[in-house]
Amino acid sequence: MSEKEVKNLEEIFDQRIARDEKIEPRDWMPEKYRKTHIRQISQHAHSEIVGMLPEGNWISRAPSMRRKVALLAKVQDEAGHGLYLYSACETLGISRDELYEQLHTGKAKYSSIFNYPTITWADIGAIGWLVDGAAIINQVPLCSTSYGPYARAMVRVCKEESFHQRQGYEIMMTLAKGTPEQKELAQDALNRWWWPSLMMLGPTDAESVHTEQSMKWKLKRKTNDELRQQFIDQTVPQADLIGLTIPDPDLKWNEKTGHYDFGEINWDEFWQVVKGHGPCNKERLSARVNAWKEGEWVRDAAMAYAEKQNIKKLKKVI
Amino acid sequence: MKNNWPLWEVFVRSKNGLEHRHFGSLHAADAEMALENARDVYTRRNEGVSIWVVESKSITASNPENSEELFDPAQDKVYRHPTFYTLPDEVKHM
Amino acid sequence: MENENKIQYIYGIADNALILGQRLSELCGHGPNLETDIAMTNMALDLLGQTRSYYQYVAQLSGDEKTEDDIAFLRTERQYKNVLLVEQPNRHFGYVITRQFFYDVFHLLLLQELQNSSDETLSAIAKKGIKEVSYHQRFSSDWIKRLGDGTEESHQKVQEAINDLWRFTDELFHMTDDDDIAMQNNIGVNTIVLKEKYIQTIEGVFEEATLAIPETKWFQKGGKQGVHSEHMGYLLSDLQYMQRVYPNMKW
Repeated sequence: MSEKEVKNLEEIFDQRIARDEKIEPRDWMPEKYRKTHIRQISQHAHSEIVGMLPEGNWISRAPSMRRKVALLAKVQDEAGHGLYLYSACETLGISRDELYEQLHTGKAKYSSIFNYPTITWADIGAIGWLVDGAAIINQVPLCSTSYGPYARAMVRVCKEESFHQRQGYEIMMTLAKGTPEQKELAQDALNRWWWPSLMMLGPTDAESVHTEQSMKWKLKRKTNDELRQQFIDQTVPQADLIGLTIPDPDLKWNEKTGHYDFGEINWDEFWQVVKGHGPCNKERLSARVNAWKEGEWVRDAAMAYAEKQNIKKLKKVI
Repeated sequence: MKNNWPLWEVFVRSKNGLEHRHFGSLHAADAEMALENARDVYTRRNEGVSIWVVESKSITASNPENSEELFDPAQDKVYRHPTFYTLPDEVKHM
Repeated sequence: MENENKIQYIYGIADNALILGQRLSELCGHGPNLETDIAMTNMALDLLGQTRSYYQYVAQLSGDEKTEDDIAFLRTERQYKNVLLVEQPNRHFGYVITRQFFYDVFHLLLLQELQNSSDETLSAIAKKGIKEVSYHQRFSSDWIKRLGDGTEESHQKVQEAINDLWRFTDELFHMTDDDDIAMQNNIGVNTIVLKEKYIQTIEGVFEEATLAIPETKWFQKGGKQGVHSEHMGYLLSDLQYMQRVYPNMKW
């Protein structure tokens, strides 16, 4: 194809997206669109399955039967969401194994928030309330993103995710209303998870490299800073309601803007964790690598068995 | 050994009376496993009463490049639709 | 006193579901593939769901404001009546599937009888459980076949697990005094008569899977009397951690 032809196709492609048409797997797409989507969707998928680890950590120690089954179902949903997203990614011509390879070798990223440890039960509440809360803000707009398989996966994810945040908030509420010891657990978890949750919505607009292109392709509909503000505005009253204090002395309601003003985010910490120096980067990655390696003989066995069965069936036909 | 489970497409009937609809895909070593996995992955919330699975590579799909010749010719065949025909006002239901 | 017998009888069934559910849920996020992970979590959820139904019934029978959580989390080691089989650790996937298969086959036979119990609640729990456990057995027997007749490595690994775990299977059919009383009152099941069918089913699947029941003549038992393996203490430390460290709180 000549450069001119490609340019022409690109123009038609951009117009289709501008008209809110969906792009489907076999449609022509610019190489950059394909690559960007593989990167974003796989990062999203990796975040789901790495995200299973900090919470999975507490399934065997959940404090009541009701909490145990709810948490188990939630972590299982995350496996499901990872699966939906990997499937969406595979429609772009890359296999799940290749995507795992990228994760396991550190080539692909996942959400940095999961590199923080879950050290008390209250962390499970904080993750559901704050981390899932921030994730939902990120994800809802993606239900109408331009790439059909991604949009459809996100519709399913968002539908299922609606219980996750409630689950977390209910845990926090119960703790906050409980004994002084329980309330302390809740406040301590909020103190540790608040800032990482704000960072989860991405670097400030000034630092963000992909925003403009992503907006055009509807991979993003609001900027990181707008999303962050939305998250803060919605979360602060929820904290007030259960009597917990957001760990930010500069946080205050601004009548003029109709939003909360908030303090400086420690971006140095953010970049350190992204670079692999968070408290649990090593543990998370090695847990994934181990599960994959230890499962290899199992996956091989299933394939070998399937082949033997096929041969048996063929012999019967003959 | 690098022997990866193939990809399967999953179709689910939500309830009797409705058609099977494409729900998504998954990996499985054989058809039996694909069915079981589909049940566990796609019907956790009571979404289905019947499941079909088919290995993705068995599907033949139309090429979007041929879309115009395949689908555009149907656009102007308005006489296939009831609104093409005029009726006296007195005839209320037809 | 009649209640006390019934309660002990229910523990003998319910604790198996709790402990096996606990073992399975330890695996969540670490399965050989996402699909398998999701499937095994479903089994864990089924088992924990059954556990809750049994414990809620026990709470009602004991009538002293006990809750399902007191029963699940606040008994001492000797008060859990699960069999040794279900507390065995997740050494590798071969162990997980073998343990599951050995329990599923028994579990289904048990529930099929328990649904005829004169106790309506137990009968209802059993009826609901049969659907779930039929699926578990299908899942685990399929995997036994895949591992047994898969690769040389998988065959050897699953046979190793079978050789190790077979010695815990006889206990499944052991009748305690509480089991005897429950059976005489038409509440409980005579597990001894299930054994023949059990062996038949296992042999049938093993034959397809090219696997063999080991020649062991010596079987381990004790769990049903509350005399557990050393693994049990660690399992309970996890399970009970929160309730022990923060007693008398609502979660």
